[in-house]
Amino acid sequence: MTRFGGLFAAAAIVLALFGAWELYADFGPVDPLLLPAPHDVAQTLNEDRALLWDNFTVTAGEVLLGILVAGVAGFASAIALHLSLTLRRSTYPLLVSSQTIPIPLIAPLLVVWLGFGIAPKLVIIGLVAFFPIVVTTLDALARVDPDTLKLLRTLDAPRLRVLRHVELPAALPGLFSGAKVAVAIAVIGAVLAEQAGSDAGLGHLVQQAIPQLETARAYAAVMILSAFAILLFGLLTLAERLLVPWAHNPPGGSNR
Amino acid sequence: MDGVRVDGVERIFRGRRSAEVVALRGMDLRAAPGEIVAVVGASGCGKSTLLELICGLQTPDAGSVAADPAVLMPQRDLLLPWASALDNAALALRVRGTSAAHAREQARPWFERFGLGGFENARPAALSGGMRQRVAFMRTLLAGKPVLALDEPFAALDALTRQEMQGWLAGALADEPRTVVLVTHDVEEAIVLGDRVVVMSPRPGRAVAELDVELSRPRHRTDAGVVALRERALEALGAVV
Repeated sequence: MTRFGGLFAAAAIVLALFGAWELYADFGPVDPLLLPAPHDVAQTLNEDRALLWDNFTVTAGEVLLGILVAGVAGFASAIALHLSLTLRRSTYPLLVSSQTIPIPLIAPLLVVWLGFGIAPKLVIIGLVAFFPIVVTTLDALARVDPDTLKLLRTLDAPRLRVLRHVELPAALPGLFSGAKVAVAIAVIGAVLAEQAGSDAGLGHLVQQAIPQLETARAYAAVMILSAFAILLFGLLTLAERLLVPWAHNPPGGSNR
Repeated sequence: MDGVRVDGVERIFRGRRSAEVVALRGMDLRAAPGEIVAVVGASGCGKSTLLELICGLQTPDAGSVAADPAVLMPQRDLLLPWASALDNAALALRVRGTSAAHAREQARPWFERFGLGGFENARPAALSGGMRQRVAFMRTLLAGKPVLALDEPFAALDALTRQEMQGWLAGALADEPRTVVLVTHDVEEAIVLGDRVVVMSPRPGRAVAELDVELSRPRHRTDAGVVALRERALEALGAVV
């Protein structure tokens, strides 16, 4: 299928889903207060735009900063783990176990400890986004062709120059893969963190909207969040194409 | 120490689960400074192990290896896909700490010499297989080492490009003489390029025959002298297979 054919099919599927939702909400046996129709949600998106925007900027700021922190820390940690076998052996199990922490349970505890500000959000986003970035970057570092490393030894390359000239550029596509996974879960992490205790943000807004039966507003917030995650994913894909174009071409070291 | 001396070398690989593999046993090889020694043998006869021993990437289990500093040119070009042809050629200088500008300056004249003028800024993906291999050869030369260990450098190329590159390499080595140990499974390539051809037995590899190639250059596959030597080399290979 061509690229535009794929986009067209995706748009058709989304439209069909919204159509089914609209029909069910309008004509099905369900109270519009409990399940608003898409046109209600669209109306709310328009009417509440100032409120939604203000809360969106809070959540977006948390997510962007969290991803940035996780990206920098993840890339640096992956390099450290790559360079030191001892460090890798001793901390990799810890890293994996960090992913077994149930975020909805730990989030309120972090709020108790760190307050209602941005700090607990960054910790939670960092916790969920750090792991995929470290794992994919570490894998990319480990996948550098062993023959290339042999060649570099015969070129008398010191360890850190091998890292700088060969391994770091080779790890960039891994960093992008990890960041693409991370953006989706970072948005979820931000919402969970906000629900555990905050006074702004879309997660906070949803939590307030539901008991007030402002379900259309809650759905509007959910749509904004998922559109934001898709946008971040798209931007990362674009950046990847521009910054590491070789990752999509036939690999440079291979036979033709 | 001059050139390459490999004396009675044994190299054994012990897998954790598999039985041990004797790659080389009783392997001898000499390359005088400036000499081009072509080593031929069937796949898996330990040719690549021999080159890694010469480059100091492995140590022998028995016997001795004494060689001037050697640089490896593997079968695959292993060019860095994100770097320009110029930066790939200059890699040896960069990884030893030369500044980017200075390394490029030193690599640049080689592009004209090797028929790649105008391709300095091309990425490897935009170059043909033969051009990439030439860039890889420049990278090897710019390492500035007296011994070149060439591991089937043209095996990945199509037949026509391979012949063209063999002629090109012969010319490049005439201009820029080095001690060369060239490993190949192509007997004609060995005769066209080598001053001497060493025939290796299948595993465990050792030298079983040596042919001096006293033919004038440039040589071609169809020259009577090349054809006659080819028969002798194949006979030596056949006798051990």
